[in-house]
Amino acid sequence: MALKVGLTSLKFENGVNIKSVSSVAGTKEGEGPLKEYIDILVNDNLYGQKTWEKAETEFVKKAVETAAQKAALSLNNIDYILAGDLQNQSAASCFGVKDFKRPFFGLFGACSTFGEGLSLGAVLIDSGCGKNVMCEASSHFSAAEAQFRFPPELGNQRPQTSTWTVTGAGAAVLSDEGSEPKITGITTGKIVDLGITDANNMGAAMAPAAADVLLNHFKDFSAAPESYDRIFTGDLGSVGSKLLIELLREKGYDIQKQHRDCGMLIYDSDKQDTHAGGSGCACSAITFSMIYKRLLTGEYNKILFMPTGALMNPSSVAQGESILGICHIVMIERQV
Amino acid sequence: MAKREIVKSDKDYDKLVKEASPNSPIVKNCIKAFIGGGIICCIGQFLMNVLSSYGLVTEERNMAVSVILIGIASLLTGLGWYSKIGRFAGAGSVVPITGFSNSVTAPAIEFKKEGFVMGLGAKIFTVAGPVILYGTLTSIFVGIVYYFVR
Repeated sequence: MALKVGLTSLKFENGVNIKSVSSVAGTKEGEGPLKEYIDILVNDNLYGQKTWEKAETEFVKKAVETAAQKAALSLNNIDYILAGDLQNQSAASCFGVKDFKRPFFGLFGACSTFGEGLSLGAVLIDSGCGKNVMCEASSHFSAAEAQFRFPPELGNQRPQTSTWTVTGAGAAVLSDEGSEPKITGITTGKIVDLGITDANNMGAAMAPAAADVLLNHFKDFSAAPESYDRIFTGDLGSVGSKLLIELLREKGYDIQKQHRDCGMLIYDSDKQDTHAGGSGCACSAITFSMIYKRLLTGEYNKILFMPTGALMNPSSVAQGESILGICHIVMIERQV
Repeated sequence: MAKREIVKSDKDYDKLVKEASPNSPIVKNCIKAFIGGGIICCIGQFLMNVLSSYGLVTEERNMAVSVILIGIASLLTGLGWYSKIGRFAGAGSVVPITGFSNSVTAPAIEFKKEGFVMGLGAKIFTVAGPVILYGTLTSIFVGIVYYFVR
């Protein structure tokens, strides 16, 4: 059974097995440094559909099917699907999973959704409420642009602090049996608001939340940066990463050696003109394929995976509300 | 409160953010805007000269040039090229009339998917709307001032 550790963490004594991981991604991601780790590269961001939103639905379906396939499970063996995305009312996830006819929890944690899914999925498995749980998250550059900024064909320049929403979806099957890498603990983030209102600088809005949850994690588990081979943040980008490192340095922790940011790994920002890096739910969800593979091969033994989210909607930003940050930590170990 | 544990105040954090955030390369962008905008204007001038040689009077000619530039920019937007030009030229391709054309065509393409009435019809001016509204208001204001001050 899960053990409450400190104020904000849970520890899973037996660990929750990550049976399989899948990723499906669009054109730009297929040209990026992680292409060899992505299961399915789609060379058409419309995925044969008429709209970006429907395309994202296809990405969701494909990611879920692929994860089940890789776990050698029929979808009927999945007890719950936990999924979320960036579209209004998480439409991509709802339409994406409807045909699977499995019990479904829709999640919203902005770009931290995959971390939220893995956290809740681990709790479901550990508490004996399910044998296999599917966690999934997706985003689509053009759908996000049309919703949060401008229509994609508008010819404008993006600020240096802005990030590029990742097109695609990532999924993972959590299971109560198996000998794959395991989730051994989670630290759940609080909403942190430091008054950032610039929607083109989300890294700055999320960095304090990442710093806060990481400090709590270190406290709860009596851990230090050196306890981990890597600490992966979700989509802080180059600006947010700099801020996170600085905020933690002020608190006496140096994470520079262990820290990597999925948003900075998924694109080559010099060649791909992505400025501060990648973002979106799919950013950490797709990069997780690479992390998982390196856990399997033994390159990493113990890591922290901490997707970051900027909580807001177009109205809240237009009305001058600040952008809230959140971040959830999932601790993963190769062997328990 | 969680935030006080991280930094002393929002102001302190603002300072940190400013230091960490790279500025846009203004000089480089200005040069690119000059080149991009310059080329668009040269095309406009070229069209003017050609149309003049066909005997169009000034007013007709100016209108014809605008219409042609708007048409070309709209077509390039549909082909997905204008956003690439915009990424290079920035203000250079936003300020001329071609930028206005792009700002109307881009939402039209995007929101056509939501129907011709509530999609395209309602959202076609989401980007250009403020320019049209405040442009019209300003011209009325200037007109009134001109009437009295002339």
